[in-house]
Amino acid sequence: MNIMSNKMINILVPVISIILGLLVGAVVMLISGYDPVAGYTALWNGIFGDSYVIGETIRQISPYILAGLAVAFAFRTGLFNIGVEGQLIVGWFAAAYVGMAFELPKIIHLPLALIAAAVAGALWGLIPGILKAKLHVHEVIVTIMMNYIAFHVVNALIKTISGGGFKLDRIQPTASLRSDFLSNLTDFSTLHYGIFVALAMVVVMWFILEKTKSGFELKSVGFNQNASQYAGMSVNKNIVMAMVISGAFAGLGGAMEALGTFGTISLMGGFTGIGFDGIAVALLGANTPLGVVFGATLFGSLKYGANNMPNAAGIPIEIVSIIIALVIFFVACGYIIRIGLVRLRKNKKEAK
Amino acid sequence: MEYVIEMLDVSKKFGTFYANDHITLQLEKGEIHALLGENGAGKSTLMNVLFGLYQPDGGEIRVNGEKVAITNPNIANDLGIGMVHQHFMLVENLTVTENIILGSEPTKSGMINIKDSAKKVAEISKMYGLDVDPYAKVEDISVGMQQRVEILKTLYRGADILIFDEPTASLTPQEIEELMNIMRKLVAEGKSIILITHKLQEIMSVSDKVTVIRKGKGIGTVITKETNPEELATLMVGRQVTFKTEKGPSHPTEEVLKIENLVVNDYRGVAKLKELNLSVRRGEIVGIAGIDGNGQSELIEAITGLTKVKSGKIYINSVDVTNKKPRKITEAGLGHIPQDRHKHGIVLDFTVGYNAALQSYYHEPYSKGGIMNYKVVNDKATELIKEFDVRTQGVHELARALSGGNQQKLIIGREVLRNPDLLIAALPTRGLDVGAIEFIHKRLIEQRDSGKAVLLITFELDEVMNVSDRIAVIYDGAIVGTVVPQETTEQALGLMMAGHSKREVDKEMVDTGKDGDEHHVE
Repeated sequence: MNIMSNKMINILVPVISIILGLLVGAVVMLISGYDPVAGYTALWNGIFGDSYVIGETIRQISPYILAGLAVAFAFRTGLFNIGVEGQLIVGWFAAAYVGMAFELPKIIHLPLALIAAAVAGALWGLIPGILKAKLHVHEVIVTIMMNYIAFHVVNALIKTISGGGFKLDRIQPTASLRSDFLSNLTDFSTLHYGIFVALAMVVVMWFILEKTKSGFELKSVGFNQNASQYAGMSVNKNIVMAMVISGAFAGLGGAMEALGTFGTISLMGGFTGIGFDGIAVALLGANTPLGVVFGATLFGSLKYGANNMPNAAGIPIEIVSIIIALVIFFVACGYIIRIGLVRLRKNKKEAK
Repeated sequence: MEYVIEMLDVSKKFGTFYANDHITLQLEKGEIHALLGENGAGKSTLMNVLFGLYQPDGGEIRVNGEKVAITNPNIANDLGIGMVHQHFMLVENLTVTENIILGSEPTKSGMINIKDSAKKVAEISKMYGLDVDPYAKVEDISVGMQQRVEILKTLYRGADILIFDEPTASLTPQEIEELMNIMRKLVAEGKSIILITHKLQEIMSVSDKVTVIRKGKGIGTVITKETNPEELATLMVGRQVTFKTEKGPSHPTEEVLKIENLVVNDYRGVAKLKELNLSVRRGEIVGIAGIDGNGQSELIEAITGLTKVKSGKIYINSVDVTNKKPRKITEAGLGHIPQDRHKHGIVLDFTVGYNAALQSYYHEPYSKGGIMNYKVVNDKATELIKEFDVRTQGVHELARALSGGNQQKLIIGREVLRNPDLLIAALPTRGLDVGAIEFIHKRLIEQRDSGKAVLLITFELDEVMNVSDRIAVIYDGAIVGTVVPQETTEQALGLMMAGHSKREVDKEMVDTGKDGDEHHVE
């Protein structure tokens, strides 16, 4: 009999990774003179403590899922979309603007605002896509620069539209993702319907990649551009399409913030960071739709739960950031743990 | 008897699978010892054990009579074992000398001493007749010279025992001859060589002894002089192999491929094809013979629509396909077995099933309304696997896991089952063992007999002689002559490949053949 099946290892690896990360984090807290037990209790309570924080945690996870999907989708076609941040920002703005500027019945207004966010993100992805396909400009450079352009353009638009103010007017209730039902369920947290949009997009990505003809082409181009071209596929078309779909996912991530969490967009002092974290989310999830859900859950939980550590355990926010980074670092190093487990299994087998 | 290397009863297991099952190989000082086996027989595994990349599960290794444990390649290096890899491990934009000293750079007060190194490289290269320019950049030199750099690398590190892993896979006939001479010179200077190969001719011409392995098991060691290619092939494959490809006369009918005055430039604007004309008819195999780099790749890419044609016309079944999109050309009746199967032929990280559908996924029944029907994809692939004898665990296995021969069978199956009128086979047997080569040649002839036109591009002279019905010789971007295999010799072909026109060659053959008494040719 096999003592440790491959399935078992697949589950054990992330668990052990997280535990190791937490252990090293505990050492960091000890050295800095804080109580790790109190710290982790605060973290736990910050994530799962009561229905309110659970609601907030889930709310935090939604944009991470979409940012992760965006990175993962481009990656499956062999593209490194570092521009998720910018695509998310323009999506955020587009959703907030459409949500604010129009008065429509909810059944039209909300989808319209979501579509506006997706289209804005898609356009922001289209530009690097075309540059890559037509002129072979590396998408990493273009997408990074597009982030800055998005950031400053959106800030300028906010100022102009609000007449010199620092944020747009609140969106109409008809465009809101907020839900009294979900809010009541979770002790009046800001949990909104966005999580369902995000999960729907997980299914959409899976469907595109695994069921459609386009998905077959996208994956083929991602693995081997030459062979795809020999087989009569248009590599350029697929590159552009991958960037557009990726950008649309990212734009929807922005809509989560615009229509759900904040109900508006304010002048930004710096990048949101969600788009960049999306890179780690996608890589943690091995660029698969389901994997992205797990990666986003880890990221979102830690990000939100960690807020409780300074309050409840008096640990400074800088130390908290280090601990969060350590956990993610160890999860990313999972393959080392995998090698260890496989070796352990081998030794046990030989000992028998 | 003095052995420099003895691998006694060596075994290597992967899981429950024996890649090497009690194999013994004994290398004498100053001999060339060939290691023969089909793809996947375990040759590379055995050599990786010797080179310290794998640890054996049983048996022992002795170097100069002493038992050793080679736990990593550095130990192998220290013991004087050097490996000339099949895929060169060179840094393209460094010079020859820089590549050779890489990893053990001699320094003089902290600075790399290139001048002395270059001198040393020149010395060694002179000693063994390895002609290289120490200051040339690797990207600028020929494949043959790159290989000599690889050999120099091992010699520079003081290797006495050289392992050559499939060294002739990417060489032209002339370069192969040159390499054989280098190997003879190396052993004359006291080195010992293990030559991994599945090419029987090379073994016959250069080796002293042959150790044959089949499916991981050592079949035995024979002395080259006392054996013949037929016996070796039988030992290697485990059954009788026919060398002469069996085929009846061809019955060509109407023209399928017609190329008129084709001109193709490369990206710098240099003409690679110069007014090339070619015609292939139904029911015949036309072989393109030529030395690599004379326009073969450009010809294939022009026909398949992968490169722009500057002028001239290409017709398939009388339809003008010049500068059409690849898919349009495919649909006009073209099947294509590309020359680089990993790069162009298959998607290594796709499953066998996906790869089988790579050319047909976009139409019914494989997909409908933009939605794939993977059940059909896999069912069709299962049929292909059966019909073309692709050895795989099934349609869900990654193409990467297949051996080269089986990958090639998969590609051929995919192209042939689409039933194209014109089949282009570019280097279809490169790197394959005799069993697979036999299979592929049979399939090509089958296509011809069923009334298809086949265009075969190859660098192997005996392949072009055995399989083709007509041979068109390509030189410097144009067809310099067309001959019938039965009416020509390898020497005559070789001369034409070197740029002599058919008339010149005919004349020369007459001159030498008849000892100069009949000069009636002019």
